[in-house]
Amino acid sequence: MARLRKYALPAVLIVVAFLFPAINAYLDEAFEVTLMYPVIIVAVYVMLALGLNVVVGFAGLLDLGFVAFYALGAYVVGWLASTHFRQVSFSFGTTATSLTGGQIEGIHVSFWIILLIAGAFTGLSGAIIGAPTLRLRGDYLAIVTLGFGEIIPKFFQNGDDLGGFNLTNGTIGIKAIDAPGFPFLPESMSAWQRFGTLDLNPWYYTILVLVLITVYVNIRLRDSRLGRAWISVREDETAAAAMGINPVTTKLWAYAMGAVFGGLAGAFYGAFIKNIFPTSFSFNISILILSMVILGGMGSIYGVILGAIALQGLNFYLLPKINEWVHALGDSLGSAALSNVDLPKYNFFLFGIILVAMMLLRPEGIIPNRQRAEEMHEGGPASGDAVGGRARA
Amino acid sequence: MATREATKTRSAAVIDSVRSSTWGSRIAVVLTTILLVLLAVEAVQEPAQFTSQLLIGLTNGVILALVALGYTLVYGIIELINFAHGDNFMIGSFVGLTVLSGTILGLDLFSPITSNSGVPLRILGVLIALFVAMVACGFLNVGIERVAYKPLRNAPRLAVLITAIGMSFILQNVGLVWKGPAQVPFPELISNANILSSDAIIFRWKDLFVVLVTVPLLLSLSYFISSTRQGKAMRAVAQDKEAAAMVGINVNRTISITFLLGGILAGASGVMYGLFNGITVFNVGFTQGLYAFTAAVLGGIGNLTGAVVGGLLIGIIGAMADQYIGARWTPIVIFGVLILVLVFRPRGLLGDRSAVQGGGE
Repeated sequence: MARLRKYALPAVLIVVAFLFPAINAYLDEAFEVTLMYPVIIVAVYVMLALGLNVVVGFAGLLDLGFVAFYALGAYVVGWLASTHFRQVSFSFGTTATSLTGGQIEGIHVSFWIILLIAGAFTGLSGAIIGAPTLRLRGDYLAIVTLGFGEIIPKFFQNGDDLGGFNLTNGTIGIKAIDAPGFPFLPESMSAWQRFGTLDLNPWYYTILVLVLITVYVNIRLRDSRLGRAWISVREDETAAAAMGINPVTTKLWAYAMGAVFGGLAGAFYGAFIKNIFPTSFSFNISILILSMVILGGMGSIYGVILGAIALQGLNFYLLPKINEWVHALGDSLGSAALSNVDLPKYNFFLFGIILVAMMLLRPEGIIPNRQRAEEMHEGGPASGDAVGGRARA
Repeated sequence: MATREATKTRSAAVIDSVRSSTWGSRIAVVLTTILLVLLAVEAVQEPAQFTSQLLIGLTNGVILALVALGYTLVYGIIELINFAHGDNFMIGSFVGLTVLSGTILGLDLFSPITSNSGVPLRILGVLIALFVAMVACGFLNVGIERVAYKPLRNAPRLAVLITAIGMSFILQNVGLVWKGPAQVPFPELISNANILSSDAIIFRWKDLFVVLVTVPLLLSLSYFISSTRQGKAMRAVAQDKEAAAMVGINVNRTISITFLLGGILAGASGVMYGLFNGITVFNVGFTQGLYAFTAAVLGGIGNLTGAVVGGLLIGIIGAMADQYIGARWTPIVIFGVLILVLVFRPRGLLGDRSAVQGGGE
């Protein structure tokens, strides 16, 4: 029975997720609402939130610059799958084709290889950024990550003339990124040969598989020796060190693992959106992802997924809806202020309130991780470091 | 003879300290020296431009120092990075702007004070704007502490930091609703004219104004903390809350007063920032707040002199980066300084007790 209960819910969720395109097709026919595009974006954020969950939830390190890895992943795709580097011409397993039949300019590598490269690259960047900084105390570390989260998009913004070399194309960003696909498939599966903008199903299945891999790795990591080391470092770093755990290496792993997921999500996002701009990777995104983790419950995988879905649902669906209602109310009351207000612009007001209210009222989140919840409600004088880590006397 | 011996031991001490220094600090010294030499070369080549830029840096630095003091006061007493402090600064500039516009809460109290008003009226307007912004921000800061930080006083440090970030976003959106997403112009109340008769070196009335407001504020803050009963209580609470409570100090009230002081400084610097730069915007608090935090860390967070020194240094670094590297790289330079200081010298230039105790290194 217990075994059944343990596997029944995830199995049902996975089946529903795989059948979603069919459900969406039905909704499209019956109610003329198509949810495909928002659902793919939500899935990207689920992945980002799960990545941040490794850092904030498992290891208890506050990372305020998670957007840096998201941006790095997106730019890796931009560099390796577009005409950006016109100086060179290199193609490998790509879906990009030249109109003239000759060599195409720029680097064009298969998206699936880029995913691996992006994951490795961001993981390595995470380790390089983390190595000197992870010795710092929790709140200092948060500010250092914030600094990196600010520097990296700014660098992308200014990187169009690094000693005459155009690395990032500045504020214009990198355009026309190649679509992923399997060029070796037969003609009958043309949607899968080269992912298009009309049929979003291949995109959906790709991100679904990526999310499932992320969830699986998250669960396995949590239950591994490393995962237990993260928890012990989070609860009491000194005691963990006394038990033979190297806190710096342990934290470094958390930071690098989180970065890998951020980079993968960024790579998918870059290929999906096709045009990337440095301004889409602002501090606000870091805070949005953090709010998802905190709302759902730090360290709780279901909770974090729910948090991501809830907040992006709010962004995409609820706020525009409420906005319409307010406009209608304003029209009927004859109030110009109400009928012209643009509520979605103020969504970060709501996220700010979520952060404050959750910390004050229910720091363990909507679906708490039991161990975290206990840690959160332990008494004791303040000076505890990690988020939810036991306060040290 | 005695003097020669003294110099001998002194040089021996210098050699000893060089020998015992770490590689990190040696590299830092070498790099800083190279940077200073490069700056000196520029200074010799175009002394007037360098001096003007230095003055701009000092004036900006003075404004930053006031904000940095707010961070450092709060950090010194409850070890919290008050992330909402920068947005408090933004609210201060908005309050000042509203006071100068003459229309408060929809009421037309007086006609707007603009650059066309007479000199006495302009002076009066600036003083009133400063005063109202200081009071408003002071109480806003106290309110934030009551609502968002006080209930979490025994929670893990990062939990409070998260609420502080939440408060920062709430304030930013209040600013967004209040004045809209675009930059808002400030009236040009203080003359842009150069005080000095020289054409090459520029020191404007504006710069003088900033110095004239800041120096008395800094002196009175220093007096308050070193010489009054309440200031003594603040220092006691910063050292040990429990022991302070045992000798009869009202810890909660002392913390409130600290937030009040920080808010007052943020309000004053917000109005000055607006008058000095001629514009303000709803998210100005984020960058300026981070710069000021960098200043506080550079000087040694929790250390009041450190905040002022750090503010001046960051102001100068920013101005020099504007001039010699390019304005668009300035944020990267300053955040780079923040990261380098936190990584290699978390207790800052002048050092601080709390950072050392916390095992920052």
